[in-house]
Amino acid sequence: MTAVETPGPKGGPKIVTSRFGFPHSWTLPSYLDHGGYQGLRRALAMTPEEVHQATLGSSILGRGGAGFDAGRKWGMLRKAEPVYLVVNGDESEPATFKDHALLEGDPHQLIEGSVICAYAVGAAQVFIFVRGEMALAQERLQAALNEAYEYGAVGANILGSGFSVDIVVHPGAGAYICGEETALLESLEGKRGFPRIKPPYYPAAIGLYGAPTVVNNVETLSNLPWIMCNGNEAFFALGDGRSRGTKILALSGHVRRPGNYEIEFAKVSFRELIYDPALGAGVRHGRELKAFIPGGVSSPWFGPQHLDISLANEAIAQAGSMAGSGAVTVMDETTCVVRAVWRITRFFHRESCGQCTPCREGSGWIEKVMRRIEDGQGREADLDLLMDVCDNIVPGVSWPPAQTTICVLGPSIPSSVASGIRMFRDEFMEHIRLGHCPFPPDRSRESPAYA
Amino acid sequence: MPEEVAITLDGRQVKAKKGEMLIAAAERAGTYIPRFCYHPRMEPVGMCRMCLVEIKGPRGFSLSPACYVPVAEGMEVVTDSAPVKKAQDGVLEFLLVNHPLDCPVCDKGGECPLQDQTMAYGPGETRFVEEKRHWDKPVPLSPLVLIDRERCIQCARCTRFAEEVAGDAGIDFASRSDSTEVAIYPGQPFVSNFSGNIVQICPVGALLAKPYRFKARPWDLEQVESTCTYCAVGCRVAVQSSSEQVVRFIGVDSDPVNWGWLCDKGRFGFEALNSPERLARPLVRRPAPEPGGLVQATWAEALTEVVGRVSGVPGERIGVLGGSRLANEDAYAWAKFARTVLRTDNVDAQLGDGLPGDLVAGLPRATIDQVCDASLIITMAPDIKEELPVLYLRLRHAAVAKGVPVIEISPVPTGLSSRATQSLHYRPGELTSLVRALCGGGPITNDVAGIPADQVEHARAAIAAATGDDTGQSPDGAGPDGAGPDGALRGPRVAVVVGRASLAEPAIATTEAARLLAGLPGVSFLPALRRSNVHGAIDLGLSPGLLPGRVGLEEGRQWYEHHWRAPLPGAAGLDALGMLARAAAGQLDVLFLLGADPLSDCPDTQLAAQALEGARFVVAIDTFSTPSVARADVVLPAAMYTERRGSFTNLESRITWLGQKVTAPGSARPDWMIAVELASRLGSSLGAGSLEELWAEIQAVSPLHRGVPQALLVSRQGRNGVVVPLSLETPAPGLTDVPPPLDPMADPGITSAELHPAAPVSLSVADPGVGRGNAPADGLAAPSRLGLGPSGPAVTSPAPLPMPAPGDGRGAGGDGSALRLVASRPMWDAGALLQRSPSLAGLHPPLALRLNPGDLARLGDGPVGEVKVSSRRGSVVVPAVADARVVPGSAVLPFNLPGGGAGTLIDASAAYTELMVEVVSAL
Repeated sequence: MTAVETPGPKGGPKIVTSRFGFPHSWTLPSYLDHGGYQGLRRALAMTPEEVHQATLGSSILGRGGAGFDAGRKWGMLRKAEPVYLVVNGDESEPATFKDHALLEGDPHQLIEGSVICAYAVGAAQVFIFVRGEMALAQERLQAALNEAYEYGAVGANILGSGFSVDIVVHPGAGAYICGEETALLESLEGKRGFPRIKPPYYPAAIGLYGAPTVVNNVETLSNLPWIMCNGNEAFFALGDGRSRGTKILALSGHVRRPGNYEIEFAKVSFRELIYDPALGAGVRHGRELKAFIPGGVSSPWFGPQHLDISLANEAIAQAGSMAGSGAVTVMDETTCVVRAVWRITRFFHRESCGQCTPCREGSGWIEKVMRRIEDGQGREADLDLLMDVCDNIVPGVSWPPAQTTICVLGPSIPSSVASGIRMFRDEFMEHIRLGHCPFPPDRSRESPAYA
Repeated sequence: MPEEVAITLDGRQVKAKKGEMLIAAAERAGTYIPRFCYHPRMEPVGMCRMCLVEIKGPRGFSLSPACYVPVAEGMEVVTDSAPVKKAQDGVLEFLLVNHPLDCPVCDKGGECPLQDQTMAYGPGETRFVEEKRHWDKPVPLSPLVLIDRERCIQCARCTRFAEEVAGDAGIDFASRSDSTEVAIYPGQPFVSNFSGNIVQICPVGALLAKPYRFKARPWDLEQVESTCTYCAVGCRVAVQSSSEQVVRFIGVDSDPVNWGWLCDKGRFGFEALNSPERLARPLVRRPAPEPGGLVQATWAEALTEVVGRVSGVPGERIGVLGGSRLANEDAYAWAKFARTVLRTDNVDAQLGDGLPGDLVAGLPRATIDQVCDASLIITMAPDIKEELPVLYLRLRHAAVAKGVPVIEISPVPTGLSSRATQSLHYRPGELTSLVRALCGGGPITNDVAGIPADQVEHARAAIAAATGDDTGQSPDGAGPDGAGPDGALRGPRVAVVVGRASLAEPAIATTEAARLLAGLPGVSFLPALRRSNVHGAIDLGLSPGLLPGRVGLEEGRQWYEHHWRAPLPGAAGLDALGMLARAAAGQLDVLFLLGADPLSDCPDTQLAAQALEGARFVVAIDTFSTPSVARADVVLPAAMYTERRGSFTNLESRITWLGQKVTAPGSARPDWMIAVELASRLGSSLGAGSLEELWAEIQAVSPLHRGVPQALLVSRQGRNGVVVPLSLETPAPGLTDVPPPLDPMADPGITSAELHPAAPVSLSVADPGVGRGNAPADGLAAPSRLGLGPSGPAVTSPAPLPMPAPGDGRGAGGDGSALRLVASRPMWDAGALLQRSPSLAGLHPPLALRLNPGDLARLGDGPVGEVKVSSRRGSVVVPAVADARVVPGSAVLPFNLPGGGAGTLIDASAAYTELMVEVVSAL
């Protein structure tokens, strides 16, 4: 994945993608040539508490989707031995591919960040859980890990500091649900990937093998070397409000230049992301923007009227959606909304872990109804039915969800269904009235390669 | 007393136990919250979401599951609001999305929690018009359980039971989403002694029991509460019948005993009741027209024949063998009949396969709950998972969930080994030396009974720490009598589960070991004799030298001669092996077999065969024509459990009531009736003509059974039984103490006429006795019960068997191929009832000699097929298999399997049975 488009953030430094352009950026020599393991050296010169304080000072929010303050998360650890650090690299949501790029483009940065975190929280063992399908990422990460052991940045007495930590790369077995941190821990323990019931709400209290555990996202940890080198003030100076530093946005769909873009947090609007020539460069073929998904397929959709919202966690939440992990998907006017919603619900149906009833049965039901509408067999009553089934999965189709399901996979299902019906009810009705999909079957499948 | 918290439930102020789940607290407060996956005996998983209620939080009321949210002080809960109702509607509609509406052909229809809760809480109709999920159905999970995956609602009750409760994690979820199915691992059937429980706790008709499938509809079932009599654990059951045939057993949650679980043998063994092979009429051996044949007779003819052959025979030439099948009242009647009418003390409910009755009677006892609360559990017993299966579940729970350390002392690994903190697998025949080392002092320098010195040392230290041997104080501050510093009574510090680990070793070894352990402070025992009501039989006098109430013959002579108005036999009689030896020598004229089949069950089957040959006249009172019954001269058909009433004593000395649901076949009758009738025909009288009169007399004369009126046993309050003797630790249940059903979804809601509120009788521990006719006449004091221990009254042990010097591990041939036999008793064996239960008859393991791979390899070059196994007593030819769990030098052969077993090899008089093994054929 070296072909990632990485123009610099508007007016700010690149932090986590700064080495993406270099040849063999995933190898140790390249990493060392470009400032690699300097953050770790600085961290090891500090006390663990100072590293923790620096992270708190940077105010970095978790980059996995929930946006929880990483420094605060570490502070919630029950101080007992052993403490585990688990790196969540199970990025599996459709249209989300930032961790994928980080793992393939700069695995040493993640390893360095992981060791810094382990040092700060006192973990003696790190597990990096990598999505099963990311074969190249696993290969490069493992190769990098071997290099890092050889170099002395991982293992016993790291860089002569007396601090020791081991890292193990664990390939997932191909389940989206294992990105949910408690399901990930279950899977890591060798069990079926079922999310755990809450409470306990946080693995910081009871995590892997019942021990206190920090679970952080790949991108979150990849920021730590930079923060250690440049200071938490420099990181905090970027962005605005609660959204500090930079953020990788995985831009996909009907834009001219899809890809990963690292931008300064809270300083760029969706309009700039999609239309800036250095970023998305506009909708393909100069077509109209129909809708876009601001934070992965779990999030409620936005329309053209939302283009000027800033790419900041708070602003997006205020407008009724969520920034999630930063996956923005653009749909142009040729997109069949019914088909798009159906495809998303099909994903959730297949990936529901089967544990709790509303998600297990509701996901399949919704997918079947969506498919029926797309196939022209819909009834007007189906729209109310869909909304009510969504409401039975998560009452009020609200966020944050009530505990009607164990994890948030279930409550993610209604987002696209409700958005589709709310924003494009006419299009649903047209499917029903015509008895078939009004869009030519192949048009919305056009790939950018033909653009 | 657990701490209490106050919660607001639907506007009411309710008290709850701190830490308990909201769903349980609400239920005790009278508010039933619907549920599917929640089961009070298992960890909550929150899968079904049926129990959503509104709980007030910082942001107001929001929906939350009640099954895994613990109560907290001041918690406000609403269970009947519109949002709750909508959530319940929603979940039920979701559950029915893929659930077939085939209730009319579903076993569960009519007693189905999904049906019931859909009616009570559901929307009434579905909006789902799509195609439902389809699977092949039904498919077998195990030989006894089939699954219909279309009906499954993925509640994880079965998978949790298998993993959490039984420890047989052979089923799990496979696949994802609405394709999630309960499945076995590829090619590996779900093997569990407890598989039937998953059928009972399944909230839909997804799991089906082969013996019950399509047999009855719930609304046709009648039921009565009773106790399972297959083994000595005494699990509470609901016996259910349709058209006068028992068709199903359901486990009833008895908190001190079985927690609702049953083993498959107890659950499905009822099939034998309906067997066409049941003895239904008396049989008498007639010389003509068919010489030596048993022919049908009337009761009058048969009893006349018995009376004719028994009259005038001196008591010492009569033996009464067996009695563990009998109810307590039967055992008492036969014990009294033997002593006062037959004038013999040759009575033994065991067949040389258990422990001496006086040992069992004299041991300080612990209940199952007390064992599970001990600081240390020692099992010196057979494979409890096979012989007393539900006790295994309780012990496993204590070890796994409560972390009680377990030291296992046995010649071979058992089902509990993986959960034991230490397993001491001794060389057969050397149990006593091992236990002597464990109880003794001084350095241990050499191996003991084949176990390395450091392991023995380690176990000894653990025992010493638990008994508080050094200081006289246990670690929890309890004094020597088990009372804590605050005077509160605690469980024992060390609880020993004691039984015969191998029939190839004599009872004397276990007896000696038990005595040694009893000498340690704070040790109490749970006897692990397995056979049905064997503990009741011992307690009621069916053991040589023991009178009813665990009273020695001499100690109780005056008391019982006064109450029974007859002289007692002059001296203690013979035990089973003694009687058989006497019979084999032609010195026994009459042998009564009270449900005894010595040819199958006596460790020394050769001795049993000679005995049946040598006895002049054999009367068998039984339910099936076993090999021994076939050799009897008169056969009297007996009623089985479910066909008669009575009381039962389990291994804790817990007395429960046996209910009657069906009628015995033909003219079969309860055993007590036969004793009463015979006494009468022999010109005597037992003085009691009904179950009620028998129990009243037991209460009056037996010091063990005082204060336990029959009215209590048959009442709802007596459901969990009464542990005798009554004491401060084990009082009789209070009259208002009716535990609510723990799992109303699986509880069959017993409404039988047999159970009714207890009569208002006064129960007092200090009361010398409740009942009539118990006023000690002439200032006669009731005899005290036997004690045991270094300072207690000495117990007369049976004549010690010759104890050969420990062997040198070399065979008679001196070629080093000699092995020591371990005779195991698997749950599925050749038992008369099992073999008449069509679903169970084929479940036994293949007959094979299990050897350590090293020993097997030494037998010959190349793979070994069949071997000839010889002892001084006989030989058998069986396949040999390698089993790394078998200790080198030992060889394991099941005792009684279809096709043979260890019985012909065992020399009951030797400390161990030495085997010579030769290869007969290669593989």
